[in-house]
Amino acid sequence: MAILDIRQRSGYLFLAVILGHIILISAQVNSRSGVPMLEQVTFGIFSEVQRGMSTSFTSVRNVWSGYIGLRHVKQENDDLKRQLAESQVALQAQRALADRARGLEKLLELRDRVTLQTTAAEIIGSSPSQEFRTVTINKGTSDGLRQDMAIISPAGIVGRVVVPSARSAKVQLLIDRNAAAGAIVERSRAQGVVVGIGEDRLRLENVPETADLVAGDLVVSSGIEGIYPKGFVIGTIEGVEKSGPAYKRITVKPAVDFSALEEVLVVTTPTPAHEAGQGASE
Amino acid sequence: MKAAGAILAVAVALALQTTLARFLVRGSVAVDLVLVAVVYVALSSGPVTGMLTGTFAGLIQDALSSGVIGIGGLAKTIVGFLAGVIGTQFIVAQPLPRFVVFFSATLLHAVIFMGLYILLDMRQFDTPYAAALGQAVGNAVVGVVAFQLVELLPGAVERRRARSSRLRR
Repeated sequence: MAILDIRQRSGYLFLAVILGHIILISAQVNSRSGVPMLEQVTFGIFSEVQRGMSTSFTSVRNVWSGYIGLRHVKQENDDLKRQLAESQVALQAQRALADRARGLEKLLELRDRVTLQTTAAEIIGSSPSQEFRTVTINKGTSDGLRQDMAIISPAGIVGRVVVPSARSAKVQLLIDRNAAAGAIVERSRAQGVVVGIGEDRLRLENVPETADLVAGDLVVSSGIEGIYPKGFVIGTIEGVEKSGPAYKRITVKPAVDFSALEEVLVVTTPTPAHEAGQGASE
Repeated sequence: MKAAGAILAVAVALALQTTLARFLVRGSVAVDLVLVAVVYVALSSGPVTGMLTGTFAGLIQDALSSGVIGIGGLAKTIVGFLAGVIGTQFIVAQPLPRFVVFFSATLLHAVIFMGLYILLDMRQFDTPYAAALGQAVGNAVVGVVAFQLVELLPGAVERRRARSSRLRR
């Protein structure tokens, strides 16, 4: 519209005069915050200028610092790569340590198995017949005893619970004729089965011909039968008789002096035999 | 020359406005003689002169009143400029167009003046429509009459001189 065309000199003059009036009014009028409107408007405009300058300065600074930082980033990247490589090596070492720890943990489990829960019991009676090598202890099912629980002593394997009652239990000694236990010769790791012969000695059977056995070798329990804990001393090989390449007779002297036995330990830790018995009973 | 005439017109308008105000009931005037002078100058001299006249007259009027200096000046500046533009773009030589221009200019002035005060939350105007319309009519009438008087005054002198000369012959 030609009427409102302010691109003429009069138009610019009109805008200038209007602006002058606005400034004049603003200088006299306070805003709602109590600050003169001219000051508020001026500050608002100047603050926008400041914001723009600050943004520009920040952008320039970021670009500049980014450029400078890139040089450091290269060095930092190299350092990080080196640290990563070292960390990977350390990780491998830690992994190896973890494997060893797991192995040790297994050993610890084994030790835990060895560290069995036991209940002390006192021998209160013996078998009325010499054909049966059994004793009676003063602990029964009321004390947590069950059938096939192992009986040990500080010297070694004693026997197992065969008939538990409420307050007592009959224990079959390892030297009984019907008793047997898996065994390992500690030095040669030869395996066999120790059986009672009804006397004060044991016999090691089912030993392969290639096994290396000599008198004096320590025989320990293998736990293969699921009753006796593994690694407990059974006795020492007293005599080895061969018939050709095969072993004819291997006599084992028990570590436990059954004639002088007064107190024993009942292993209450569940064994595979116990668990199997429970499963069967259930 | 234009500036001197504008200043003179404003001065006379201000003098009349302040003088007449003393004789009016309740101190209110239904006619804004200063605004009439501004529109008159704008229509007869153009937008720039009208704008500057409006600025000068408005600031003086604001200074003499107790209001914010600049609000009346701003309103009269806008009115003077637009009236000048209309005067240059359209033929405003008849009483009716002049009446419309004065009438519209007064309403525009009222809108700007009261609008600024309301916008700045400095004064409240209770139902100003009737007063604004009354002032617009009054200003328009005064303005049209003033135009007629000024236009008739030079012709009347010449006609009197011509009539006198014919009688002497």
